[in-house]
Formats: sequence, C-alpha cells, structure tokens
Amino acid sequence: MQSEKEALSNLFQTEFSKMVAVISKRFGLPHIEIAEDIVSETFLLATESWEVKGIPANPAAWLYSVAKQKTLYYFRRNKIFNENIIPEIKATTEHSIELAELDFSQQNIKDSQLQMMFAICSPKIASEAQIGLALRILCGFGIDAIAEAFLTNKETINKRLFRAKEKLRTEKVQLEVPIEEQIGYRLDNVLHIIYLLFNEGYYSTTQNKVLRKDFCLEALRLGIMLTEFKQTNQPQTNALIALMCFHASRFDARQTSNNDFVLYQNQNDNLWNKDLIEKGKYFLNVSAVGTELNSYHLEAGIAFLHCEKKDTLEKWENILHYYNLLLQINYSPSVALNRTYALYKANGKQEALIEAKKLRLENNHFYFTLLGELYTGIDNSKARESFLKALSIAKTQTNKQTIQNKITALT
Amino acid sequence: MKEFVLLFRQVDTDNSQASPAEYQTIMKKWDDWIGGIAAQGKLAGMCNRLSSEGKVLKAGGVITEGPFVEVREVLGGFIIVKADNIDEATTLAHGCPAVDCNGSIEIRPYNL
Repeated sequence: MQSEKEALSNLFQTEFSKMVAVISKRFGLPHIEIAEDIVSETFLLATESWEVKGIPANPAAWLYSVAKQKTLYYFRRNKIFNENIIPEIKATTEHSIELAELDFSQQNIKDSQLQMMFAICSPKIASEAQIGLALRILCGFGIDAIAEAFLTNKETINKRLFRAKEKLRTEKVQLEVPIEEQIGYRLDNVLHIIYLLFNEGYYSTTQNKVLRKDFCLEALRLGIMLTEFKQTNQPQTNALIALMCFHASRFDARQTSNNDFVLYQNQNDNLWNKDLIEKGKYFLNVSAVGTELNSYHLEAGIAFLHCEKKDTLEKWENILHYYNLLLQINYSPSVALNRTYALYKANGKQEALIEAKKLRLENNHFYFTLLGELYTGIDNSKARESFLKALSIAKTQTNKQTIQNKITALT
Repeated sequence: MKEFVLLFRQVDTDNSQASPAEYQTIMKKWDDWIGGIAAQGKLAGMCNRLSSEGKVLKAGGVITEGPFVEVREVLGGFIIVKADNIDEATTLAHGCPAVDCNGSIEIRPYNL
C-alpha cells in the first residue's frame, strides 16, 4: 500500500508539469519562474490545509482552483505584470477579460504540455542543463532528486537550471508546436532528450533504485504522450517507446536487492516484466510503417530479441544484422563492442577475435574484457593478460569484481 | 584521416537464380563485411546496392541501356572509408565478398 505521503508526492509531481505548462502558456515562457513559484506556493498551501482537513475528493481540481486564485493575485499585485505582461497578452488574446483565467481543461493541459516539450527540447538551448530542465519542468522532479541523480548538490543544479531558463529567454524560445516543415527534425530532438532521460535512469550511477526507475517511467510517459498527437505519433516515436519498454522490462532482474548489477546472461527471466514486453511488442508493430529505418527501430529490434532468453543461432544472426545496420547509421564504441559480441555468438570466436583486434579501443575496460572472453579456450594466457589489463582500467567496484570473477574462472 | 572510395566490380551475376539460402549467405557476407568496417568507425558513406539495370548517356546524346562498360565486370556499388593511407584502405578491402565471387575491388583516394 502506498502511504499518504507518497501518494501526495506523486500527485504533486504529476500536477507540477501540467500546471507549470498551463500557467507558462498564459504568461509566456520567459516568465516560467513565476509559474513555478505559483505552483510551489499552491502545493505548500495544499500540504498545510490537507493536513488539517484531509485530502479533498478531487485534489487536482482543488490545486487548479488555488492556482487560479494565486494567479489572479499576481495579476493584481505585481507591477511587472501590469506593465509588461498584460499588454503582451492583450496583443495576442481576443478576450482581455479572460486574461487571468487559467484554462485547466484536459485538452489545454495536454496541448500546453506538448508545447512545453518542444520548448524544453529545443536545439537552441542544447546543453547538459537541458536534461535537468526536462526532469524539472516536464517530469516534475524536485531539485533534491535531480541533484542526487547527477551526484551533485542542489546549488549546482539550481545554477544549471537558472542558466538553461536564461537561455530560453535569450533564444526567444516560444511555447508552440513547430510548423509542419520543421516538425520532423524538432521531433528528433524531443525523442533524443527522452532517450537521454531514460538512459539517465537506466545507467545512472546513483544508488537510489526507486529514483532511477522513476526516471525511466517518466521518459516512457513522455513518449506515450507524444503518441496522443497526430503530428508526433510517428514511427520513430513508437520505436523509441518499444525500445524503452523492452529495456524497462528487465529493470527488476538486472539489479539485486544489494544494488549489484546482474549481467544479462545471469538474469532470472522470471523477473522480467512480461507486461512491458507485450507493450513493447505492440509499439514495435505500430512503428513498422513507412520507409525509414532509424536507430530506434534497430535498437528496439535488438532489445526485443534479447527478451527471448533462449540462445539460438538465428537469434544471434538477427542481432548481428541489426548491429551491422546500426553502426552504419551511428557509430559508437559500445555498439561496436556489442556487435563484436554478437559476431562471436553468430559466427564463432575465431572470426570475432580477428574483428575484435581491429577495434583497438585502448582505454575501454569492456573492450579488454571482451578480448579476454574471446581468447578464453583459444589462448588462456592471452585471455588472462586481457582480463588483467581490463582490471587495471576498470573504475567501479562492480566492474572490477566482474572481471576478477572471470580471471578466477580461468584458472 | 583521408577518405577512400572502394569500388566493387563484379561479374554480372543474376542473384535471382540463387536459392534463398544462397542469397541469404551472400547478403550476410556483405552485411558482416561492411559491419566490420563500420565497427572500426571507418565507414564514411555507402551506396552498395546499385541495381543492374540503368542507362548510359554517351557523346552526341546517345542513350543506351546497359551494359555500362565493355568489360565482363560491372560496377556493383561503392563504399567510402576513412583510413590513414591507401595501404590501410586496401587492408579494409580484404574480405569483401565481391572478391570471393571472381570480382575485384578498386581502392581510390577521394579528394574532398
């Protein structure tokens, strides 16, 4: 059972992104901080009031109505609003009476959130702070949680977010859905940020398992939200969702209760989330239209094949084929390593060893671990040499332990 | 790093006569060979599946159907690779399935 406190914090997290989007839509993106303030004050009042009176029957409606009042208050009291923002809004709004009236209809919430996604994921503000801003504004995570994920302190995160918002202003990023001609490449940016958000959760170095899972689920939620709009419900969107579903299905299996990582080969497939695998299959099917094959399709295809635990030659030949294509689109050392592993499973150790030697990824402990594995049974002394080299480069305790186990198994 | 074009010249074989299994084997060889170059981060571009039909425009506006050149080999496609010198580019060309099928592979520096 979820405690009341958790339920509240979940509610606030969900409502934060909706309310900030709607209020920012009204005041304009340059004043996003006012929107954040209004929402934070609303939450504060809710916490105090609900503690005494209990949670109302429709808490979201309660929040919206308080936010509306607070917004009106801002309109009346704040000089900046009277002198700067109101003329701005008047110029773009037909009915000036409705100025301060926020529209919390489901449709407007959704539309505002979509526009906010395009704004936050704008290539104009691309920076490391962008992920932080997405976690805050699109997903409603608190500064504490973001700081924990990035292994840094609140102050640093606040500074980063401040700079990113500054950039939104100087680059004059608007809350709008891009025009038809630009939607393709703008959507690619949005998908890329969602992909990074997911990876932040999936591969984060933070020990907080619950938080990491939350990041992944939020990324998934944002992806699914994109499928609700015709312009953004594209094959690549569905392929990315499929990819995230397949990866997320292994979330519980890949980490023990002591936070140790479990390698794919050693995972208990009973812990794989069958429901997410089925969802992944659904989205992968939906994504298989049109003529364009992008990297999300290929990665989703690879992730899907990994959902079948049984090792067959056919499975590995298909995985190898997808990796071959993926490398032609996007080279990265880790994809090259994974491809070489697939080559070993599909075409044998000898061939994989020849190809592995060509890669020369000198400072990569995964590379030497793979070399060690390929040498095992062919030339055990070279295998040992490679593992030792890997051990000398590896940084984390988990990685060192994995390599040490392989050395022990060798003798 | 420089770029080199690897041109595949092949005997004009009709792959439609191959059994599905043979066709699969040939395709897999190409796939793995190009994947191997890409895995080294040395693939710069490709157009590896030129169709065997097409037209030729000659002086005087003469247009003919293939054959494209008066030799028994046709251009099958090309890829562009990154390499420090022509020897390294030639090393990358080793293993190209065109060579196994009595074809040849031409390695040419690519001037940007």
